[in-house]
Amino acid sequence: MFFLIMRRLGLAVVTIFIISLIVFFGVEALPGDAATAYLGQLATDESLKALREEFGLNTPPLERYVNWLGDLVRGDLGDSLSRRKPVTELIGNRFRNTAVLAAAATIFAVPIAIVLGVIAGLTRDKWPDITVSLVAIISMTLPGFVIATVLIYIFAIRLDWFPAVTLIPSDAPISQLLPNIVLPIITLTFVMVAHILRLVRTNMIDVMLSDYVQMARLKGVPMIKIVFQHALPNAMLPTINIIALTIAWLVGGVAIVETIFNYPGIGSLMIHGITDKDLPLIQGIAIILAAIFIVINLIADLLSLFLNPRLRTERGH
Amino acid sequence: MAITAQVAEQPAIIKSRSPLAETWDNLRRSSAGMIGLSLIVIHLIIALTSPYWVPYDPLEMNAKIANQTPSLEHLMGTDKLGRDVFSRSMVGGRVSLVVTILATIIAVTWGGLTGILLGFLGGRADEICMRFVDAFLSIPWLLILLLIVSILGTEMWVQIFTFGFTYGVSTIRIARAATLDHVTNDYILAARARGEHKWTIVTRELLPNVLDVLLVDGAMNWSWMLLGFTSLSFLGFGVPPPTPDWGLMIAQNRQILAIQPWAVFGPVIMLSTLIIGINLFADAFAKALGLDRSQGAPV
Repeated sequence: MFFLIMRRLGLAVVTIFIISLIVFFGVEALPGDAATAYLGQLATDESLKALREEFGLNTPPLERYVNWLGDLVRGDLGDSLSRRKPVTELIGNRFRNTAVLAAAATIFAVPIAIVLGVIAGLTRDKWPDITVSLVAIISMTLPGFVIATVLIYIFAIRLDWFPAVTLIPSDAPISQLLPNIVLPIITLTFVMVAHILRLVRTNMIDVMLSDYVQMARLKGVPMIKIVFQHALPNAMLPTINIIALTIAWLVGGVAIVETIFNYPGIGSLMIHGITDKDLPLIQGIAIILAAIFIVINLIADLLSLFLNPRLRTERGH
Repeated sequence: MAITAQVAEQPAIIKSRSPLAETWDNLRRSSAGMIGLSLIVIHLIIALTSPYWVPYDPLEMNAKIANQTPSLEHLMGTDKLGRDVFSRSMVGGRVSLVVTILATIIAVTWGGLTGILLGFLGGRADEICMRFVDAFLSIPWLLILLLIVSILGTEMWVQIFTFGFTYGVSTIRIARAATLDHVTNDYILAARARGEHKWTIVTRELLPNVLDVLLVDGAMNWSWMLLGFTSLSFLGFGVPPPTPDWGLMIAQNRQILAIQPWAVFGPVIMLSTLIIGINLFADAFAKALGLDRSQGAPV
């Protein structure tokens, strides 16, 4: 058991390392470099040369990679090209803002999805299931920004309950963030609930048809006890994976939502960085987000191992 | 007796049905699947023919009639530059469909063949490659797409390549998993014993058996690509204006959402009906083939 955990941890570290390779050398491999991206159409031979000197692009890529990695481990993500500030400073507050958004969305989405999924699973093909499933399918097929736009139209424009756009700076205290957070949270929750709900529903249906549930019913165990003591715990097991995947999706999906609402988070910073072609910023954010993704997956993996003893043997993989 | 005589007269001939015919029959039974298929076909027809029958030139600007709500002359009203929203919505899918369809073909081909090859070869190569695949799939997809597109530009071929390559990586996993189910079978062993070239085994023996999984995955990839492409367009990294494109239209017309919501609803309706159609079809297609549709992460 201990070795299994160590193996997973080791795998996670290796994966992060590979990601750093992909992020760094992937950008290297693309034609053009930070200098051409920065200057765009204003590039002339001399300005390119000068800029390359300044950005330190004339050293061989391998050396730059090692330097970058070394700095990374020490917590230094380099300096942003367009804003001339250390990347870590730029990320600081925005990370908190995005974390608040993501955490709030998750805290709402997971319980709602489980409750709705159980209801839908138990009332299969009757009207509660049909309504819930229909809404879920629509949520799954519409892109996040469409849902956001519709929500803005209904709640910000027609009803005027919430602001459509966030006008506060990134270091504002959390209390000021709150009214601006509602619509983004609802948007993210919609998408997350839709995906998790479908799986909970499928698993509930499967579990309710299983032998031990049939047995409990025949024994006369009350339905509520069956659902909460027997069916739900077993239905939840495969769901952990999807919950982790969905949280990990947040890492990317939050970017579009933040951009629409102009919310000062890491996602919109990433988009700005890409618009400005600010490579150190982009690389820094990419590594952080990827690392978060991996950590979430690792936690989900370990949780699965913990809850399902069958996975602990080699063959259970 | 009459009944026995009848039965005796008809020799029992059981016609064997081709898998294609069987699949089509199963598909036809699902009303959701047929609705989905119709939606897709309608969209394809619209995309192919719309430039010839739309009431107005999608690029024609007329500041005097800007921001009008729907009327008899302009079924969905006009946008902020006075262009007819209905015409632009009909034409707006052309670029997305061309890019996503071509990219899906690339993704399924390169992802499928690589996945089959890895599943077949196994061993060290397989392990190392899968580590890279896992790592690649850990990077937020948006970041990858945006990164490549921002550095390479937004021409159509760049986008086709980018989407094809990126979504193909997830196909590798699925193809490999499907191959692993088959690779231990005896007919593969027999093929190897016959001395068949590895590549021939992949294409002649494994590919046909993995094809159904690849096709369903292809359909799902297509719908995810549409979402991704529209998101990119929305953020301004897709088709450059003034070309009509759904994502771009939604982004541009958000500003007049309060006074002329149809400028946004038009492309939204077009996009949603297409994606819903693809999803319904993919679901029914998977059931018709006897597969469990793969659950992917949300886009």
